[in-house]
Amino acid sequence: MTPSIEAVQLTKNFGSFPTVSGLNLKIQGTKCVGFLGPNGAGKTTTMKMFTGLIGTSSGSALINGVDVEKDKKAALASCATLIETPEIYASLTPKEALGMLCEIRGVPRSERNKRIDEALGRVKMTEWEKKKVGSFSKGMKQRVNVASTLLSDPEIIILDEPSTGLDPRGMSEVRDIVRSLGDRLVFMSSHLLAEVTEVCQEVAMIDHGKLLVYDSIENVTSKFAGGGGTVEVGFAREVDDQVRAKISRMPGVKSVAKSNDRHLSVSFDSKVVSLDGLFESIAGLKAGAVSFEQGKGLEDAYLSLIKETL
Amino acid sequence: MSGSQTKARVGTLAQIGTITRYNFLNYFRARRFYVMLAIILLISLLLTVVVGYYRPVSFLGLPGEPVSTAVLGFYGAGWGGFVSLVVILSAAFFGGDAISGEFQNRTGYFLVPNPIRRSAIYVGKWLAALVASTIILAIFAAITLANGLYYFPGNVPWQFEQSFVFAWVYLVAALSLTFAFSSLFKSSSISILMSVILLLFVFSVVDTVSSAVVGIEPWFSITYGAGIITSILMVQYPPHLQTQSLGSALGGANRTGARFEITTYNATVPEGLEILVVYFIVMAVIGLWLFERKEFT
Repeated sequence: MTPSIEAVQLTKNFGSFPTVSGLNLKIQGTKCVGFLGPNGAGKTTTMKMFTGLIGTSSGSALINGVDVEKDKKAALASCATLIETPEIYASLTPKEALGMLCEIRGVPRSERNKRIDEALGRVKMTEWEKKKVGSFSKGMKQRVNVASTLLSDPEIIILDEPSTGLDPRGMSEVRDIVRSLGDRLVFMSSHLLAEVTEVCQEVAMIDHGKLLVYDSIENVTSKFAGGGGTVEVGFAREVDDQVRAKISRMPGVKSVAKSNDRHLSVSFDSKVVSLDGLFESIAGLKAGAVSFEQGKGLEDAYLSLIKETL
Repeated sequence: MSGSQTKARVGTLAQIGTITRYNFLNYFRARRFYVMLAIILLISLLLTVVVGYYRPVSFLGLPGEPVSTAVLGFYGAGWGGFVSLVVILSAAFFGGDAISGEFQNRTGYFLVPNPIRRSAIYVGKWLAALVASTIILAIFAAITLANGLYYFPGNVPWQFEQSFVFAWVYLVAALSLTFAFSSLFKSSSISILMSVILLLFVFSVVDTVSSAVVGIEPWFSITYGAGIITSILMVQYPPHLQTQSLGSALGGANRTGARFEITTYNATVPEGLEILVVYFIVMAVIGLWLFERKEFT
């Protein structure tokens, strides 16, 4: 069965305040979908409804076609979650806490130790597996929380800002982990657009509890970021005007700005030139290009769709 | 597809067992169990020393009193006088924040978003609290019994055995009540405090006011039902209704004919058990209902 997450007229009111309002969203297949929106847009509320942490006011949150509110146990059977920054019983060790989840999630007894060791290894917590969680920093706890999502080999993983509390290395490791989950459906909220661009193929943006757009990052960028994107090209040596001019004249390139002596910010129209085509053209100049980083396409799209915070 | 082939759907009973085991482990690791144990040992030590040193007649009986009467007095004073406190403290210690702690400490975010029913979490935690509290109650009973056998060798009244069973039923009902409070509040300290205040003071006041002042049998009070724990240890099980004259009011009976009377109700054993069982069921339903609807906001 193809994994799926679906919100049908999903609504959540806190008092008279509608946090999520008639949200319709269907995500199907194995991919990573970024869930974006400003503070208070309803991202976490939506994810909490999908994980049974809060109830719906109306509408349904379906996981693999099963309504979470009607049968949470069946709905979450193949779904791992990480919502906000959970705390783990302070007196347990990571191994024990993950052991508890393995039992709850039905990981066969014979595989439990192996799964726990693997999961802790992936988040670099093996050394701490027998220490009590109560003595851990916020970042270490979050690593154990990330490990908890890997235990039961889930088809669907719901992650609410998984990098919260992590140091830059931890963030990078979480990105690597999410990237490696290519054979699953990952639904991940984040404020880090670069992170979403790096690991996700699609994005859903919401604001004031309503869905603004759900599409591939490429389509969202081309539709809402002025029809193109930006790449930051790094050079081994100082870039001269001649190189800059040559890039400006390439098909699809809209503008070239000098970020600093060794970096150019190239804005392009993705309908005319693809990202890999542009990369090949710039490399073909043999001007000492050493890095090629996708720039602010998603950010531009975000800013064009979401006009205000709160 | 990964996943579903390598894991089995876990039964709710197995999940309850898992929650019970890890919560019980948490009680031990968090030293909560040992603190409660220390309190019980302290109470027992004090009783042992006081009885051994002062040899009070309330515990050891009057000279010439039949052993069967004296032994009941010993268990009535030593066990009956303190077991309610042990039950209330255990219920508050192990149940007072069992559910509210999941919200306040955010551990619920780790546990709840999993393929497990909230009711399984609730029942599992309740069972862990019951096991821990039962151990505490059993230790207190064992120390009382050891002291009793020292002063009255080979003489354990059947009433003590029944009283222990009643105390355990009271524990079951009290835990149900503290869990319901724990589901009602999001703050651990408030739910613990409310449980202790209610069980230690409020219900006792209600019992007294209801029976002595208003003259209504407090059948709605859990502590009234728990009265059977001590009543069974009396030589004569107290009558259901007692009226005590406290002398004359307004100048005395000779002048006005009015007297000041105090009505005391004592629950019969079936009535007491019924009250405790009803408390257990009603509070369990309310607690579960609250927990099922409570939101992690």
